[in-house]
Amino acid sequence: MTKTLRHPGVVRVTHWLTFIAFIALLVTGGEIVISHPRFYWGEVGNVNTKPLFVIPIPSSRDTVPTSYNYVMPDQNGWSRALHFEAAWVAVLAGLVYGIYGLWSGHFKNLIPERRDWNWRSYHARIAKYLRRVPPDPAEERSYNVLQRTAYVVVIFVLFPLMIWTGLAMSPSFTAAFPWTAALVGGRQSARTIHFFASGLLLLFLFVHVAMVALSGFRNRMRAMITGYTRDSEESR
Amino acid sequence: MNPITRRKLIYGGAAAVAGVGGLAVAHRLAKRYGLIPPDSAGIYGPGETLTYACQRLLTVHTPAREFPRSMISKNPFANAVAPPNDAFKRLQAGGFRDWRLVVDGTVARPMSLSLADLKALGLRSQITEVACEEGWSYIAEWIGTPLSSVLREAGVLPQARYIVYTSSEEGMWGSIDMQDAGDPHSLLTMGMNDGDLPVPFGGPLRLRLPRQLGYKSIKYVNRITATDNIKKFGKGLGSVDPEYGYSWYAGM
Repeated sequence: MTKTLRHPGVVRVTHWLTFIAFIALLVTGGEIVISHPRFYWGEVGNVNTKPLFVIPIPSSRDTVPTSYNYVMPDQNGWSRALHFEAAWVAVLAGLVYGIYGLWSGHFKNLIPERRDWNWRSYHARIAKYLRRVPPDPAEERSYNVLQRTAYVVVIFVLFPLMIWTGLAMSPSFTAAFPWTAALVGGRQSARTIHFFASGLLLLFLFVHVAMVALSGFRNRMRAMITGYTRDSEESR
Repeated sequence: MNPITRRKLIYGGAAAVAGVGGLAVAHRLAKRYGLIPPDSAGIYGPGETLTYACQRLLTVHTPAREFPRSMISKNPFANAVAPPNDAFKRLQAGGFRDWRLVVDGTVARPMSLSLADLKALGLRSQITEVACEEGWSYIAEWIGTPLSSVLREAGVLPQARYIVYTSSEEGMWGSIDMQDAGDPHSLLTMGMNDGDLPVPFGGPLRLRLPRQLGYKSIKYVNRITATDNIKKFGKGLGSVDPEYGYSWYAGM
């Protein structure tokens, strides 16, 4: 039984920091949404404006019309403070991870291989999942095209989009960089995109954890905590 | 296995020393250039400080966003306020002719200004957005006297570091640093969309700070105090908001 290094230290530390920050951002973000569970498109939107959609939940503000006759407790104070502190943790961890990824060539293991840049590869891999074909040895050491695509979308699209749309809601940041709000259609559009992108990240979290569980929870967790896998368990 | 080699130890040690040293230098620099907010203590202090310091550096020369007249909201929303006290009702009955803005603290010439006095200092109009921390927003035209004009008239002394502003609404007060105080968009607002500023929107006098979230733009302002020591006010957190868990700095 040999041990192989699966995840380097920088990846492990930034992975878990991002995980903790993401959970904090998710909980506090939901808490903040409760104070105004209405979404709009464009620069402005309020209870006197037609919403794009409304989440049918009670609100923590009595000024927001809902179909419930009670008001939730206001948790925005600490939620906002924790939201931004966790955002800093995620951004700084992301920065370290990004620099490391470029410097070490780590991203080469994540960007889909050139020969897989076609629909046939995706189709073939989905078919393999559906037929529950066990992963071939090459895939065990690395990631298949669907996994790579998911990671690339999360790392290079969704996380940057969350940071961008988050900053596009900041009155101070948009004073310095007005185009960050203008390019996404305005402050309220940024808020709506921020909400949907967080939903996609949550979806990724569910699938990610499910796949870890299906492919051998203990071994995968050991790999992301200690860095090493046990080869004898790899093919479980 | 994964033995700790001498090289790893040296690299790790050097990185740790550099990190701690870097943090200490950053903290000293931040303190010297006023990049640490008054509510920087506690578990959320690092986040508050990072946000404030970074946004302060970014907005040194950038005023708030302004919008075209066509984007003014047809139905702006006025957030709930506490019912007015008797003193406010008396002033309102008199058409706010007796409303006074007291200017004091570390200024050469403490003064008490009526709304007419304020208008005489020069009006300015700007179309900016009110963005509430809850998520909603609207755009309106705001007409008033820049806070900086009043501070110039009163002769703010060089040691002043914060401008404290107080509302006639019980317990409502806040403060801003001198960068925000000097921003021409920091407006002692008396008019909204070509009329007098309605009471639900903060009339007769609201300090509009469009580079920060709505809760910093306190309604019914009747006193501004320049100070070199923010710790003397309230619980020393810079405004009433941190006492309820909300940040002193609301640029984010």
